[in-house]
Amino acid sequence: MLDKTGIAKRIAKEIKDGYYVNLGIGIPTLVANYIPDTMDVVLQSENGLLGMGPFPYEGEEDPDVINAGKQTITMLPGSAVFDSAMSFGMIRSKKVNLTILGAMEVSENGDIANWKIPGKMVKGMGGAMDLVASAENIIVAMQHVNKAGESKLLPQCTLPLTGIHCVKKIVTELAVLDVLPEGGFKLLERAPGISVEEIKAATAGKLIIDGEVPEMVI
Amino acid sequence: MNKVVSGADEAIRDIKDGMTLMLGGFGMCGLPEKCILALVKKGVKDLTCISNNAGVDDFGIGLLLHQRQVKKMIASYVGENAIFESQLLSGELEVELIPQGTLATRCMAAGYGMPAIFTPAGIGTEVAIGKEVRNFNGKDYLMEMAFDADFAIVKAWKGDRMGNLVYRSTARNFNPVMAMAGKITIAEVEELVEPGELDPDHIHTPGIYVHRIFQGENYEKRIEQRTVRKKE
Repeated sequence: MLDKTGIAKRIAKEIKDGYYVNLGIGIPTLVANYIPDTMDVVLQSENGLLGMGPFPYEGEEDPDVINAGKQTITMLPGSAVFDSAMSFGMIRSKKVNLTILGAMEVSENGDIANWKIPGKMVKGMGGAMDLVASAENIIVAMQHVNKAGESKLLPQCTLPLTGIHCVKKIVTELAVLDVLPEGGFKLLERAPGISVEEIKAATAGKLIIDGEVPEMVI
Repeated sequence: MNKVVSGADEAIRDIKDGMTLMLGGFGMCGLPEKCILALVKKGVKDLTCISNNAGVDDFGIGLLLHQRQVKKMIASYVGENAIFESQLLSGELEVELIPQGTLATRCMAAGYGMPAIFTPAGIGTEVAIGKEVRNFNGKDYLMEMAFDADFAIVKAWKGDRMGNLVYRSTARNFNPVMAMAGKITIAEVEELVEPGELDPDHIHTPGIYVHRIFQGENYEKRIEQRTVRKKE
């Protein structure tokens, strides 16, 4: 089973040289730590920055330099700052190559829910609805089951949706799965030490297993 | 052309109960903190506030919520504010949560004199309820209306008395699009300079959009998530 770091490391392998990438809050933020130095990748933060760098050294925090998670960050050489309308302009016009975000639920047809639990939690969608509606390449980083042990990979989402037919790939503590255009979670890789049976048991939606499923290499 | 006012109190003098305000900022970053404090002092109520976030409990729009001055909040993300969440869940506060890009683009539309925009954000979700859907080139888009705000209140780094503004780093965020969108736009700046001191090539908001400007003193510029790394 993977921990959060393991999920982030596995997702980092999906990033290609030359990509502009938007990382959501939570596990996706960790992905930045595992992008190889040899790769030319620019991180977009939807509050209005291209070229997000690591956290500042202690004492060098600048309240005017934050990411979309409101964390203090740094700007790398070659960074560009812009307003919120332009930020979502580049997202809507598909200039951002890859979006990585978290989810509470994903359905077998690629719907995603991650912004609201009616009566309990209302945080808002932030930029997630814009990102999932426009991005062509969306990877979800999530736990396979919730704290109650219930699957978060479902036939249909039960929570209010963030977007429809948009998730392409999911990386969880148990597995890597593709969401097929015709519907269904196709099992691509198992986490180290996890059996296909365990993944089956943790997946409520339609799981497609085609031949031998390799263990993932991180 | 001299748009300088003495300070926040004068800048907001004619903001009245029931008005619609846009407030720039992303979290605590680039927030018009002086005008918010003046609004709290003035005690105007039944406000509709359009801002990306709702502040934290003791700073930003959270202060207006605390005094129950806000009737309706239009925002994209409110996760940092316990007062907000409790007022929302109890039904005391009217809330419209909208996608962040939609929020920005509805401001932009107002500033560009366009009545509406089309965006795919929210298609198939509860955000789409009651809205016109149009299909362009095989993809569905929601029609979203330009905002209509009585006042836009923004924070810039530098400005001159003609109202030209320059923002700093990610404190830019919603400020330029909101500055363009208010019927009356108030800009508070860290440094008020003379015309000519700002390079015309580097101005982010041309003064035509700004009606009142003042220099705020002692900005708190609170950091919401202080994240650092150790020197190796």
